[in-house]
Amino acid sequence: MATESSSPTGSAGAADRRTWQRPTAFRSRRVKWLVYGIVLAVIAWSVTSLRITPGRFLSGFGYGYELINSMLPPETGQENLLRLADRMVETIAMAMVATVAGIGMSLPVAFGAAENISPRPTYYLSRGIISVSRAIDGLIVAIVAVIALGFGPLAGIVAISFKTIGFFSKLFAEDLEDIDMGGVEAVEATGASRFQTLVYGVVPQVVPRFAGLAVYRWDINIRSSTIVGIVGAGGVGVLLQRAYSRYEYDYVAAILVAIIAVVLVAEFVSAVVRRRVQ
Amino acid sequence: MAGATREWSRFDARERLFRIGGALVAVAVVVASWEWLDMSLQYVTTAPAQVGDLLGRMYPPDWGYLPNAVGPLAETIQIAVVGTIAAVAMAAPVAYITAENTTPNRATYALGKLIVTVSRSVHTIVWALLFVVMFGPGALAGTVATAVRSIGFLAKLLGEEIEEINFGQVEGIRAVGASPAQLLIYGIVPQIKPALVGLTVYRWDINVRAATILGFVGAGGIGVQLFEAIDSFAWRTVSALLFAILAVVLVSEGISAYARRKVR
Amino acid sequence: MLETEKLGKTYPTGDEALRDVSVRIDGREVVAMIGPSGAGKSTFVRCINRLVEPTTGSVRLDDTELTALDDDELRDARRNIGMVFQEYNLVERLTVMENVLSGRLGYVSNWAALRRNFPPEDVERAYELLDLVGLDDMENKRVDELSGGQRQRVGIARAVVQEPKILLADEPTSSLDPETSRDVMELLTDIAEDRDVPVLINIHEVDLAEAYADRILGLHAGELVFDGPASDLTEESKGVIYRGEEPPESAATDPDWLSGASDESSSRNGSNAGSDRVPAED
Repeated sequence: MATESSSPTGSAGAADRRTWQRPTAFRSRRVKWLVYGIVLAVIAWSVTSLRITPGRFLSGFGYGYELINSMLPPETGQENLLRLADRMVETIAMAMVATVAGIGMSLPVAFGAAENISPRPTYYLSRGIISVSRAIDGLIVAIVAVIALGFGPLAGIVAISFKTIGFFSKLFAEDLEDIDMGGVEAVEATGASRFQTLVYGVVPQVVPRFAGLAVYRWDINIRSSTIVGIVGAGGVGVLLQRAYSRYEYDYVAAILVAIIAVVLVAEFVSAVVRRRVQ
Repeated sequence: MAGATREWSRFDARERLFRIGGALVAVAVVVASWEWLDMSLQYVTTAPAQVGDLLGRMYPPDWGYLPNAVGPLAETIQIAVVGTIAAVAMAAPVAYITAENTTPNRATYALGKLIVTVSRSVHTIVWALLFVVMFGPGALAGTVATAVRSIGFLAKLLGEEIEEINFGQVEGIRAVGASPAQLLIYGIVPQIKPALVGLTVYRWDINVRAATILGFVGAGGIGVQLFEAIDSFAWRTVSALLFAILAVVLVSEGISAYARRKVR
Repeated sequence: MLETEKLGKTYPTGDEALRDVSVRIDGREVVAMIGPSGAGKSTFVRCINRLVEPTTGSVRLDDTELTALDDDELRDARRNIGMVFQEYNLVERLTVMENVLSGRLGYVSNWAALRRNFPPEDVERAYELLDLVGLDDMENKRVDELSGGQRQRVGIARAVVQEPKILLADEPTSSLDPETSRDVMELLTDIAEDRDVPVLINIHEVDLAEAYADRILGLHAGELVFDGPASDLTEESKGVIYRGEEPPESAATDPDWLSGASDESSSRNGSNAGSDRVPAED
């Protein structure tokens, strides 16, 4: 592997043979093998530390078979399905309110995180908020919210709104950074105030992206809303957690089917609307 | 039309109707949602105070606890690593049958779409619940849950990448008399390698985040410690753990972003 | 020596793209196949190395009946047929050198292919060809960084490094600007002469064909309607090729005119190829 590559320039007829090695994207071949080595070492370390043995793995499949057996057929009792429907409406309602609340809180953060319109300190503060919101998983936020605010949809809404801030502000700030500053300057040149500049120069440029992002996040929030109930933060997840802890796996199956259906419909609606507004 | 004053509007009538109607429906649904949830405003108004109170009890973080968190944090990363690799291995064939240009027939295409949909629609924590029943509590259940949850994401995006393959490039290699394996090595792999590496690293980054909560259902990782601390109201430990999670997540995000920039 | 006999291709859709095309190409002649789009030019070229599977007739390269080979034998036979494509068909994300060396894939193991470990003489030949096509010092550039003309030069180098017994070019100039097109045609004709290999170019620009080819094949609606030296290509014969007009009396009655004449004209052109070729009008 360590053959040296002679200069290919000139001397076409010379007797010395030119050699060639595939160039590497890394700084050098040594770095390349080092990176490969590290990656392989991390993988080996992970596999050995987790102690995943074929035996443990295979024995799980026996239980898996039992689990699937007890899930089929899914529960179809009317009372349970009504309860499911009721919780599902709550789930969607939570997602709706959380999307609006989350986006409402995102707006100042998004403008603060747009490099081209925000002063430095505000910029770093906003980026910090975004990082924290994106890094902490929604369920952790939901648990903390349940402790602070008690069981129920309010905790779920707070958690989902919090996660919305990071996502929405980050992407919306990127759109704000992409706006054409010529238009903004033109409005500023007419003697408009800072607020007027925002309304006339910036807002019209970003409305379609705003609408698209809002619908996209709503779709994600529907998904989140179906599971925050697992920690008691309202929605259909509450039922899921209850059925699971009572070993009612056929009801679990029914709930999962309902969740998948709702998620698919939301995804479809979101895709259609985004196509229309953009 | 001739001679009439010309009118200008940004959208034609149907489009405008759609926009206004859509906006009205959205507002109505949000208002109805608020009504349905029946949350008294009193709770909502006191919420900031309560959250503030909680944050107060979290300060200052109990940094002394963190040495105990090193092992579980490592386990979180390990779950993400193994889960992601297993997911890539399983997602490759699914991607193959999900891509319209390589899927053998309609039945396999439908099967591929079904796997993608189910995997993506069910949250990691729900998969973890199910796999804890199968494999018992511990990192194995969490790893499998992470893998199964990632299959859909990877297969979908990888499938889209396969659909983008330029078969002219493959034809060029075929014309020189290359073997089927060489067609793969020379004609196809270079076309999908950047996407494969990029998606894998990206998903690993997502999985590190997702693996922090597996502990809530007993599926391993830092979540076990975190939820123990929450249950025992050890708020200063909780905040220290949250900072540790934040650090790990940000570092893996950085690695992932760097790797994706490097691979073209 | 390449010889097709009554080569025909009917696509599964029922389109008959090619009917009874018999051609013989020999020596180091440059043969241009012209015809309107959809006439079957591309199908014909691809039928030769069976990138498109012909439905009737046969293709022979020297002593090998290509149409009778199984998959393994076909792969070996393809090593002897260089091909240049309209859209270059290079592996865009690989380097120039990797693309040129891919012409030698038929001679190396899969493992060597994976490691890009080609014999030193292949590497040396690849360097020489890069010098020849004017891409010296570009070996480590990725193909997607190159211009169209440069890519086509890589494509030609890849085909020539195979040391083929015949060079096929499928619309090699269609994606290029006029000046680059002439450069590429010149390169192809030079290669025919220097390496003593026949070149079959299908091309829709008649002026390029007339300027560079020794011999012209005219295809109309899948049938060979003209085969003769470039100097014999008259306005009438262009009418036949491009608009499907009835051939003029004398030609229609001459039995050799359609397909039988190829033997005679090709041998004549083959021997004279070097001397009476007209250079480009630049």
